[in-house]
Amino acid sequence: MPPPPASRRTARLMLAPALGMLAGWMLVPLAMTLWFSLQRYTLITSGAQGFAGLENYRYFITDPAFAPSLGNTLALVLGVLALTLPGGLGIALVLAQPFWGRGVVRALVLAPFFIMPSVSALVWKTMLLHPMSGLLAHLARSLGLQPFDFLSQAPLATLIALLAWQWVPFVALILLTALQSLDPAQIEAARLDGAGPAARLRHLILPHLGRAIAVAVLIQTIFLLSTFAEILVTTNGGPGTASTTLTYLVYIQSLLQFDPGTGAAGGILAVLLANAVAIFLMRLIGRALER
Amino acid sequence: MTTTIRPRSSRQGRCLCTRRPGVVALRTVTLGALTCLALASAPRAETTITVATVNNGDMIRMQHMIGDFQARHPDIRVDWVVLEENLLRQRVTTDIATHGGQFDVMTIGTYEVPIWGRQGWLLPLEFDAAYDVDDLLPPIRDGLTVEGQLYAAPFYGESAITLYRRDLLAAAGITLPDAPDWDAIRAAAAAITDRTAGIYGLCLRGKPGWGENVALLTAMANSYGARWFDMGWHPQFDTPAWAAALRDYLDMMRLYGPPGAANNGFNETLTLFEQGHCGIWIDATVAASFVTDPTQSSVAEHVGFALAPNRPGGTKRASWLWAWTLAIPAGSQKAEAARAFVAWATSKEYLALVAEQEGWAHAPPGTRRSLYAQPEYHALPFAEITLHAISEADPVHPTVDPVPYIGMQFVAIPEFQAIGTAVGQQFAAALAGTLSAEEALAASQQLTLRAMKKAGYIR
Amino acid sequence: MSSLSPLLRKAALTLLGWSVGLTLAFPILWTALVSFRSEADALGAPAAVLAAPFTLESYAAITAGTRFTAPFVNSVLIAGGATALALLVALPAAWALALFPGPRTKALLMTILGTRMMPAVGVLVPVYLLFRDLGLLDSRAGLIVVVMLTNLPVAIWMLYGHLREIPGEIFEAARMDGAGPGAELRHVIAPLAAPGIAATALLCLILGWNEAFWTLNLSAAKAAPLSAFIAAQASPEGLFHARLCAAAMLASLPVLGLGWIGQRALVRGLTFGAVK
Repeated sequence: MPPPPASRRTARLMLAPALGMLAGWMLVPLAMTLWFSLQRYTLITSGAQGFAGLENYRYFITDPAFAPSLGNTLALVLGVLALTLPGGLGIALVLAQPFWGRGVVRALVLAPFFIMPSVSALVWKTMLLHPMSGLLAHLARSLGLQPFDFLSQAPLATLIALLAWQWVPFVALILLTALQSLDPAQIEAARLDGAGPAARLRHLILPHLGRAIAVAVLIQTIFLLSTFAEILVTTNGGPGTASTTLTYLVYIQSLLQFDPGTGAAGGILAVLLANAVAIFLMRLIGRALER
Repeated sequence: MTTTIRPRSSRQGRCLCTRRPGVVALRTVTLGALTCLALASAPRAETTITVATVNNGDMIRMQHMIGDFQARHPDIRVDWVVLEENLLRQRVTTDIATHGGQFDVMTIGTYEVPIWGRQGWLLPLEFDAAYDVDDLLPPIRDGLTVEGQLYAAPFYGESAITLYRRDLLAAAGITLPDAPDWDAIRAAAAAITDRTAGIYGLCLRGKPGWGENVALLTAMANSYGARWFDMGWHPQFDTPAWAAALRDYLDMMRLYGPPGAANNGFNETLTLFEQGHCGIWIDATVAASFVTDPTQSSVAEHVGFALAPNRPGGTKRASWLWAWTLAIPAGSQKAEAARAFVAWATSKEYLALVAEQEGWAHAPPGTRRSLYAQPEYHALPFAEITLHAISEADPVHPTVDPVPYIGMQFVAIPEFQAIGTAVGQQFAAALAGTLSAEEALAASQQLTLRAMKKAGYIR
Repeated sequence: MSSLSPLLRKAALTLLGWSVGLTLAFPILWTALVSFRSEADALGAPAAVLAAPFTLESYAAITAGTRFTAPFVNSVLIAGGATALALLVALPAAWALALFPGPRTKALLMTILGTRMMPAVGVLVPVYLLFRDLGLLDSRAGLIVVVMLTNLPVAIWMLYGHLREIPGEIFEAARMDGAGPGAELRHVIAPLAAPGIAATALLCLILGWNEAFWTLNLSAAKAAPLSAFIAAQASPEGLFHARLCAAAMLASLPVLGLGWIGQRALVRGLTFGAVK
């Protein structure tokens, strides 16, 4: 039975505040950013201000840090996904089995996801990774080794590890939830048919998890593309440009170089990139989300 | 695990006619939102000023001293925003350039004051006779004055010196002259480095930032005869003098420096030194009062001081001139209260207050002649050398060759923050070993040229 | 595996499960441990830190005065206010989307989620200028609105996922009884969706509590929440591991607690209702 027209109108009315707010939140700053990106707008310079055409875009794209930042962004997202998907699947498979103290273990696994990102980054940087006073440095020295300077020698890899640590609980939980909707009888039947654990994983469990994995990829990508606090606290995008992502380069341009004009151009490029990725992902996932 | 909501639909009939927790929840939510908004706009009676400052030791002490200010000005309340240096700079610069008006007093440095003062962003400061403006050390005061007008009051001032561990040097059977050159520094660092014992001969800043590693390397390059720009504003990173300075810095840090140096700024290195990990440290004079404080430094009794090094036979030392100052944004609605605060925190009485409560050694150094005239203060091991280093500093002639800019460890043009930040990353990458010295300098030359062209200094 | 006795299998799984859990939570457990040590003890080698005596002095140091309590209260008000507002706005929207699906519903949902993709750094200066002109800089009201807006897409999605699962017959029955949309929302949807609303509120609270970009950049002193308090702990003069850890624990405990309590609701909620 189709809803009556009156209800349709009400529905539109009920949608209006949310859509209006989101549109305002998107469009007003976006329009301003677009405007700034075409202006010579710097916070502190003696130079002329005024219409700049596409100069800011040219300047942003020809920045020596631009190409590395694209590479770093890609490496960051793919690296974290490469760690969290198998890691999360493994954890979910363990947590799906009954064992003693499972509730506590689930809470332990979940914990990293709740910690404020800047707190996580600060704790990792000073408590664990610091090459003089960090826990790992103490361990290295007690083994007679020289401590490894993670944030200088392997900044991007370290960041990926930190982010993966924050996100693996999320993936594990999604996959765990999906796993629990799998009919145990089906697995039992497969087992009786002689399918080994590997075969069961490949032919039964993974296909069942397809949609959950798609969602995990989508949501993580959205959040990872805008990773900021972790970089700010740990590496500041360096050394050099080794851990500068596109988002962080926009921050550098707008607020460390005090050139919001160029930063705005970078922001527009970042929005375009994020949306390109989003559309691509949503196409893919939209299909998986169909019932 | 909630896998489906359906079983509950069996209870539907009842839901239609009874009020269930969900309704209550919704109402609570509404009330909560309104309460939060109401609380958010509650007014205040007294004048509240917001002071933005750096989380350096002397500023943290200022927060502990605030009771004295409150006793003198019971109608003024002080709210603090305390941030790490780089973050603080970003916050206050954004705020003042957009006239955001979030802060009534800002902690800024010798670099910002003349630029912002000229832009008309800062309130000119006038003080009464009791404040005694003429007591301020001339090099510090000059740096905060634009066209005869003072735009900020110095909270503490600093130059650069060499701090070293007398005990380690004595154990190695060497001494450091009062006016060392880089060869002496290198030889001493080599003699006392003992990695297995966690003793690193030389600690220098490596954390990227125009106020961090770039400050040190610019000062060091000055002593090598290098400069940022020639008289036509052309960047000079492609000169042999810069190559020599950066090569020696990297060499020494690789051989004698602590691990993780590329993340060490002033505060981090101070901590290392206080914990006994550093043999020699070339940095701000203000460090002297911390490393000789037995309550926080494990090596307090063993610290010796010398001038910042030069090249053997060179005329310029790797020195600098800096002051952390308190300034009032031009748009402040509470200028009177802000002025009262600035006058208090930079007054003679404040110095006396700190001296009385925590001892003379903790008085913020480098701003007032009268402090150095105090016999108790002058007797401190670092007083004389600090005053000497500040008095000798010459920001107009930072290096051998003439330069078109003012500044020893910075270049006082608005574009420098941006360029310095990016160049600092190149130097940090070289220190971390991801770039060679040549690559770092070439990249610095390229990006500086690019920025200077964009800003219109060169075509 | 199948050759193992069930008991042995369970023991092995217990060992595996606990080692995974403890490894993942290790940084947090270590932080908690160090926060209960004196500043001097906290700097020792790991074994010494472990053996050092228990003390609450870092917590006392951190919470002295209003340095911690003021931002804590701000965090509660901002996260709470933003959550309440987000629910108020999101619930009708999600209801409309779930119960009156049209040809454009999916596109609309995707667009809503898409608004979450805009890099915040790119629009900071414009938003800063807007806030300045509206007099919202350093105000809790302003931060509540911004945090609410960043959470809104997530809230709509989560609520949509939950509401969609309410069987359509219930509404038809309600409509036949003559209930208008308002009554329908109050008497049918709200009670049915309570678990979903709770899960959404929980996630919004956590995200709002942890929001550190806008809250840091748009606040100064009066409205500054814990994110600003944490930023002040970075790169201090001297090594204050115990105090840093105590601050980290105090800033995290509320969300860890909420997470612990709301685990079950969250598991479902985190997936925006897309995974069951």
